[in-house]
Amino acid sequence: MTKRIVALLAVLMLVVAACASDDAETTTTAAETVEATDVEVFSWWTGGGEAAGLDAMIVVFGEKYPNVTFENSAVAGGAGTNARAVLATRLQANEPPDSWQGHAGQELIGTYVAADQIEPLNFLYDEEGWLDVMPETLIPLISKDGNIYSVPVNIHRANVLWSNPTVLSDNNVDVPTTIDEWFTALDALKAAGMDAPLAMGEQWTAMHLMETTMLGTMGYEAYNALWDGNGDWSSAAVTESLDNYDKLLSYTNTDSSALSWQDAAQLVIDGSAAFNVMGDWAEGFFREIGSEPNVGYEWAPTPGTDGIFQFLSDSFVLAKNAPHRDGAIAWLKVAGSLEGQDAFNPVKGSIPARSDGDRSLYGVYLQSAMDDWASDDVAGSLAHGVVANDSWKSEIDSALGAFLASRDVAAFQTALVAAEAANA
Amino acid sequence: MSLTETTRTTETRPPRRRFRIRKDKVLAVALISPSIIALLIFVYGFIAWSGRVSVSAWKGLLPDYTWVGLDNYKNLFVDPRFHIDIRNTVMFTVVFVLGCLIIGLALAILLDQGLKGEAFFRSLFLFPMAISFIVTGVVWRWLMNPATGDRTSGLNLIFQSLGLDSLVSSWQATPYWGMAFIAIPAIWQMSGYTMALYLAGLRSISEELKEAARVDGATELQIYRRVMLPQLRPVTLTALIILGHISLKVFDLIIAVAGKQYALDVPAIYMWQTTFDGYFFGRGAAIGILLLLSVGVLVVPYLWYTQRQERGT
Repeated sequence: MTKRIVALLAVLMLVVAACASDDAETTTTAAETVEATDVEVFSWWTGGGEAAGLDAMIVVFGEKYPNVTFENSAVAGGAGTNARAVLATRLQANEPPDSWQGHAGQELIGTYVAADQIEPLNFLYDEEGWLDVMPETLIPLISKDGNIYSVPVNIHRANVLWSNPTVLSDNNVDVPTTIDEWFTALDALKAAGMDAPLAMGEQWTAMHLMETTMLGTMGYEAYNALWDGNGDWSSAAVTESLDNYDKLLSYTNTDSSALSWQDAAQLVIDGSAAFNVMGDWAEGFFREIGSEPNVGYEWAPTPGTDGIFQFLSDSFVLAKNAPHRDGAIAWLKVAGSLEGQDAFNPVKGSIPARSDGDRSLYGVYLQSAMDDWASDDVAGSLAHGVVANDSWKSEIDSALGAFLASRDVAAFQTALVAAEAANA
Repeated sequence: MSLTETTRTTETRPPRRRFRIRKDKVLAVALISPSIIALLIFVYGFIAWSGRVSVSAWKGLLPDYTWVGLDNYKNLFVDPRFHIDIRNTVMFTVVFVLGCLIIGLALAILLDQGLKGEAFFRSLFLFPMAISFIVTGVVWRWLMNPATGDRTSGLNLIFQSLGLDSLVSSWQATPYWGMAFIAIPAIWQMSGYTMALYLAGLRSISEELKEAARVDGATELQIYRRVMLPQLRPVTLTALIILGHISLKVFDLIIAVAGKQYALDVPAIYMWQTTFDGYFFGRGAAIGILLLLSVGVLVVPYLWYTQRQERGT
C-alpha cells in the first residue's frame, strides 16, 4: 500500500515537473515571436475532406515559407460549435490565435469585427491582386464599411436543386426553372402517387430551403436588400416568398425533422423523392455512395435563381494583436493564392474563390460551378453565415421553428421583422 | 481584568485534549479544503457569475456587464419559444415521472412475489440505467422512426409486420404531443431504477405487519393497498425528487433523439443554442438561473425534510 502511494506521488511529481517545464518552453517561444517563425492557425477542420484539404494547403505553405513553423490548432466537434466556443474563450482572455477559420460574411463580421478582434485586409487584396480574380459582387458581402475582413479559401453553392433524372423522365417532368413550374412539377409527381416529391431534413435544411425560395421569389436585388438594411421585411414580396415556402413545405416528407441532410439527399438517389435543395457538398456525398453525375442525379440552380450564385465560404482572418503577425500574413497569402486554393479545393470538393483555378483538377459538377461562379451575380446564404450575424440568424431560426410547427405565415413574417429590428 | 479572564479559561480546559482536537481538526480541514475551495469556485462562484451575467446586457463575443435589471427574465416570459419550452418540460415531466413510478412499482411488486430467478430479472430491469442517455437516445431514434411508406422502419415496421397497424405512430414527430413520446426512452431507462427503490422499500416492510393483516382477514389486494402502499410513501417521494430533477434538466436525450428542433425544445437546449450559436449570453444565463431555481424548488424542501427526519430518529 505504502509503495503504491509512493509510486503515485512520484508520478504526480513527474507530471508537475513536466507541466512546469512546458510553461517554461512556451514563455521562451512567446519571447521569440518578433522573428515571425511561427504561425498558429485555428480551425474546426479535423476530419474528412476538410482536414485533407487543410493538410494539402499546409504542404504548399511549407514550400513557400520554409522558415515559418505552422501550428495547426484545430478543435473537433459540433460542426464548429465547439471550436467557436474555444475561440471565444481565448479571445476573451486576450490570447488570440494568429489566424482562424470562419464562414465568410456577417457571421465573421458581426462577431469578430463588432468585438474589434480582426484587422481589415484591403492591403493584402491590393498587393496580391485578388480583386481582379474574385467576383466583383462577392466583395461587398465579405466587407463592412469598405473594409474586407477575410480571405475566402473555398466556395460552396447553396442554391442547387438536385433531382433524380429517372424519376423525372418516368413522369414526363422537366427540371423546373421558375417557382411556378416547380409547383406544376410537384403536383404532377404527387398525382402520380409520390407522397413527398421534395425531400427535406432537419431544421437547418428547412432554413436552407427557405433562403433559396426567398431568393427565387424575390430576385437578386430585393433579396440582397433585405440583409444590407435597404429592404423591408414586412413587404408584400416577403409575404409572397413565405407563401411559396409554405406551399413547398406541403410537398416535403413528414419525417423531415428526423432526417439529416444526407438522409434527405439520399431520398433523391433512391428515387423516393424527385427533388432536394441542398448545397453542393451534397455532390461529394452522392459520389461517396456510388452515384454517377447526370445518371443518378442531376443539378440546376434552384427555381428562379438562374444567373445567381448563392454562396457560402470558409475563410481566414488576421487577428488584431496577432502574436505572429508576419506569419499570419504569410498564411493568408497562401490561402488566397492559386496554388493554395487549387491544393485545398479538389480534396475538399469545393471550388476556388478565385476564378482562375485549374479546371482539369475538378469534376464535372465542380467545373459547371466554376463557370457559374465566374459569370453569375453573387448572393449570400443565410443558413451558412454570409448575410446575417449569428444573433440575427439564431432569432430567425427560432421564428422558423415556430413556423414549422404552426405554419402561420403572418406570425412568421412579424417575427422576422422583429428579428431584423433587434439584431441587424 | 482581561488577563485574569484568559488565564482562568486556559486553566479550566484540559490542555492535552484541546491540543489533540486541534491537530485532528487541522488535518481534517487541510484534507477537505481542496474540494471545498474547488466547490466554492466552480459551483457557487459560477452560479454567482451566471446570476450577474443574467442581469447584464451581454450579447456578442465580449463580456458586457451593463446592468439591465430583470429585462432578460421579463423577455423570456413573453418569448414564444420559452413558452414552448415550459410546455414541453411539463409534458415530459408528467409522462416520465408517472410512467417510471407506475412501471417501477409494478415491476417491484411482481419481483416481490418470490419468483425463481429474481436476481436475474432484477439485473435485467436495472441494466438500462447503466447506459448513457445519449446511447439510449440514438437507439430509440432508430426505433421510433416516423418514416412512412416503403421507408418504414423500427417499431413501426414491427407493428406493421405483426398486423398491428393501429399502433403505427409518428412518434416524436406527432404534432403537439411529440414530447410525450420522447419520455418513452427515458421511462425505459429509469423505470428499473425506480423498481430498485420500491423493491428496497417493500423489503423493509416487516413481515409481521402483513401477517397481522392476514390474520385480520385482509385479502392480498387489501394488504397492498392499505398496508404496503402507505409504507412506501417516503420511497415515492424520493423517487419523485430524483426523477423530477432529471426531467427538468433533460438535454442529452432530446439532442440524441431529435436534434435541435423547435417543436421538441426544452430550456436547456434553448440555453445552449442562444448562448453559443446566437451569442445572447445574458439571456442564456437567465435561462440557466431559472433552471437552477426550478430544480431548487423541487429539491431544497426535500433535503430539509429528510435532514429533519434523520435528526428525529
